[in-house]
Amino acid sequence: MVQNNPNFVLMVEDLTVSFDGFKAVNDLSFYVEPNECRVIIGPNGAGKTTVLDLICGRTKATGGSVNFKGQELLNMREDQIVHAGVGRKFQTPSVYEDLTVFENLELSYPKGHNVFGALFFRRDDTVKDRIQEIAEMIFLEELLQEKAAFLSHGQKQWLEIGMLLIQDPELLMLDEPVAGMSVAERKKTAELLNRIIADRSVIVIEHDMGFVADIATRVTVLHQGKVLSEGSMERVQNDPKVIEVYLGH
Amino acid sequence: MFADYSMGELTAIFAMQGFAGLILFSVFVLMALGLAIIFGQMGVINMAHGEFMILGAYVTYLVSNVFSDYLPFLFSIYFFVAMALAFVVTGALGMFVEWAMIRHLYKRPLDTLLATWGLSLILQQIYRSVFGAREVGVTIPEWMMGSLPLTDMIEVPINGMFVMVLAVGISIAIYVLMFRSTWGKQVRAINQNRIMAGAVGINTEWTDRLTFGIGCGVAGVAGSAFTMIGSTGPTAGQLYIVDTFLVVVFGGAGSLLGTIASAFSISQAQSILEFFLSGSMAKVLTLLTVVGILMLRPQGLFALKLRK
Amino acid sequence: MTPTKKTAFLTPKEMIGFAILAALIFVVLPLALDTFRLNLFGKYLTYAFVAVGLVLCWGAGGILSLGQGVFFGLGGYCMAMFLKLEASTPENTAIQSTPGIPDFMDWNQITALPWWWEPFHSFGLTLIAIIAVPVVFAFIIAFAMFRRRVGGVYFAIITQAIAAILTILIIGQQGFTGGVNGITDLRTLHGWDIRTDEAKNILYFVNGILLFAVLFAAHYVRKSKLGRLLIAMRDQEDRVRFSGYDVASFKIFVFCLGAAFSAIGGAMFTLQVGFMSPTLVGIVPSIEMVIFCAVGGRLSIIGAVYGTLLVNFAKTTFSESFPEVWLLGLGALFIAVVMAFPRGLAGIWADWVEPRLSSLFSRKTGDDSTAAPKTPAE
Repeated sequence: MVQNNPNFVLMVEDLTVSFDGFKAVNDLSFYVEPNECRVIIGPNGAGKTTVLDLICGRTKATGGSVNFKGQELLNMREDQIVHAGVGRKFQTPSVYEDLTVFENLELSYPKGHNVFGALFFRRDDTVKDRIQEIAEMIFLEELLQEKAAFLSHGQKQWLEIGMLLIQDPELLMLDEPVAGMSVAERKKTAELLNRIIADRSVIVIEHDMGFVADIATRVTVLHQGKVLSEGSMERVQNDPKVIEVYLGH
Repeated sequence: MFADYSMGELTAIFAMQGFAGLILFSVFVLMALGLAIIFGQMGVINMAHGEFMILGAYVTYLVSNVFSDYLPFLFSIYFFVAMALAFVVTGALGMFVEWAMIRHLYKRPLDTLLATWGLSLILQQIYRSVFGAREVGVTIPEWMMGSLPLTDMIEVPINGMFVMVLAVGISIAIYVLMFRSTWGKQVRAINQNRIMAGAVGINTEWTDRLTFGIGCGVAGVAGSAFTMIGSTGPTAGQLYIVDTFLVVVFGGAGSLLGTIASAFSISQAQSILEFFLSGSMAKVLTLLTVVGILMLRPQGLFALKLRK
Repeated sequence: MTPTKKTAFLTPKEMIGFAILAALIFVVLPLALDTFRLNLFGKYLTYAFVAVGLVLCWGAGGILSLGQGVFFGLGGYCMAMFLKLEASTPENTAIQSTPGIPDFMDWNQITALPWWWEPFHSFGLTLIAIIAVPVVFAFIIAFAMFRRRVGGVYFAIITQAIAAILTILIIGQQGFTGGVNGITDLRTLHGWDIRTDEAKNILYFVNGILLFAVLFAAHYVRKSKLGRLLIAMRDQEDRVRFSGYDVASFKIFVFCLGAAFSAIGGAMFTLQVGFMSPTLVGIVPSIEMVIFCAVGGRLSIIGAVYGTLLVNFAKTTFSESFPEVWLLGLGALFIAVVMAFPRGLAGIWADWVEPRLSSLFSRKTGDDSTAAPKTPAE
């Protein structure tokens, strides 16, 4: 593999984290190209979510490097990483239940992010139009004034995706975006994701193999904090190591 | 600051202050153990902890009166009866409070804090109405009076020794309960994963109540031990609550060993400083140091790094 | 549908809320009460500054500080030091062994004014210090703790410990601070005698105006994006962080703002009541200030003022006639407001009074659009 290709958006190299001696992620390396949709799969406890946590700064790494467009992310704060262009969706939908859908999207709008910016933030037409645009994309344009607490599980997932979209990140990381969704919602989400991933790089964690086949450019299989296999969906599916630890059962 | 003292005097000073520190240490340990159980294992802030302690002290006071009036020939052992009774009474009150109040507030720790503060005000007023606003003291049995001379300059008071022995004994008892008994296992299981603990058949509701009761009961025993070295007033409990919380937090919530280590360092620092500075400045300096360290290391002295 | 609502600074309903409070403070109370009682209510209103700060920190931001008395006290002490220096002219203190320094220093065999008292000769510097000292102090605490992601009960305990430490320090250093009695015997402000009835009336109104300035500031913050961020942070801190906000800086800001509000209240307390003492700094007053806010409704800035007035009025009334009942009542109040009325007076108003009022109103006018349920008074 070419290690110093400047065309990579994200270069994860020798990434390691240990919790009191237990290495949840161990010497992990992988590379993401522009406009690529990378799906990470693997059995429970393989370290998938931890990898995303490490990239977005939620968990501090013990060693290694995460390079995003030439910037080292490991010594940056979460909000700085976001401003660098990395967006993250959590496994369980995390939206602001006490605020309306509109306000949820507004808070993610990339303006007025410091204390005084927020204090003197104006809700002008550019902001409103952009929120409207995103709301239509995530099928929530009718519910803008509704409190997020009243949304269904699937709608909350969409809202959170919308909150990321409004930031317009260059790298989007989604942790099980269709978990807990009905079949109909799943289809809509796949359609939504396919539209989103067109002009940015995406890392997705997903268990639903049908869904993975739908969206993946390349697949990385993690096992015990290491890369077990990597490549196209087809190649990975036929890899005997992968079949043994993951797909076999 | 040492120039005015001879070597021998200095040794004696450090030994005596060290010993005074050990008594303070025992007091802190006794106070903090109950809180360490309740806060460390259940995550509940009990602002009325001091008042539970005082209840134990008042129980001891009542028992000592009963013994001196009706059972004078057994007076030398009344304290052990009082201690057991203090545990039972405060424990029972604790379980009642858990049932009536705390269990409704498990998901709102800050609200628990305010509600238990309210409880502490009510208890204070009840003590004042029943026992009067003045401090009361108990008569110490004869065998506990006086002191043991170690060298010609160093003497140790027997009641202080007794409190120390008690602190060690109760610490060991709690350790055994926590790490060897079924209850201890259940408490730790619930602390780590409440839903799972419930799913494998632990009666979480009952365990919570029992845990809170035991924590309060230990506070009662602490109060009982207090009467051996000082007098008791309705608001005495409030004086200790900040120190006690700092001891538990400084030690690292959830770690009994941490609680003991932090009680030791805080009490030693304070009593040694007390000799050179005024009492209030010694306390200010000690507490400031603790707060300062907690700001730099919020997880306390002993804490695990966990995967989120 | 276009979301154009809530862009005005005050909705008509909020305007009515502010107007009623203004009428109470500036018209009803001054007409109904004699100077002594009015001054007493003026004292209560100084606590309301703290309660309003707590609405932002605790109600909106979820940051419970049990050390607001520290900031109230620091503001009050700054003002008291200025007034004390003005009262301690060499002529007034001629009988002391060192004339020209505050009396309590002389009693404690101190022969020269400590250097950190010097700036308080100047009224301008004093006014700056009243805000700056507490805010800098709050900033240090908040910076150290929020940057390390300490919050919740830990923050509460640490702030409580700080209140305890400051009290012990003030009492212990009586030569410099006036000790347990505090700084007393304050007389004039720039030669204007603050002890007369006339001065007390004027100070009451100054206090009321300042309180409204603080209320409007707090209202602005609640209505701004920062206000919505605070709510968002309280519920989903991680999400806010991963929406690109430096969560700690917002918490630091709101904590410092609460400290500044408290400090203004403290300074006004000193002016109106004529002394400042450690009894207003420690654990007990600090936690009582939280209950003022909780009774009013932790999310309502106007409710905080009513809560403060009500609890303090009850305290004065009961502790004058039945002191033993008061403590029981206060204890019960803490428990009740947490367990039965977590939204306080504002919640009771929104759930019980308002629907009835508006149904009454709509029956008369035939307009039922106001009967729709509404979020608690903000």
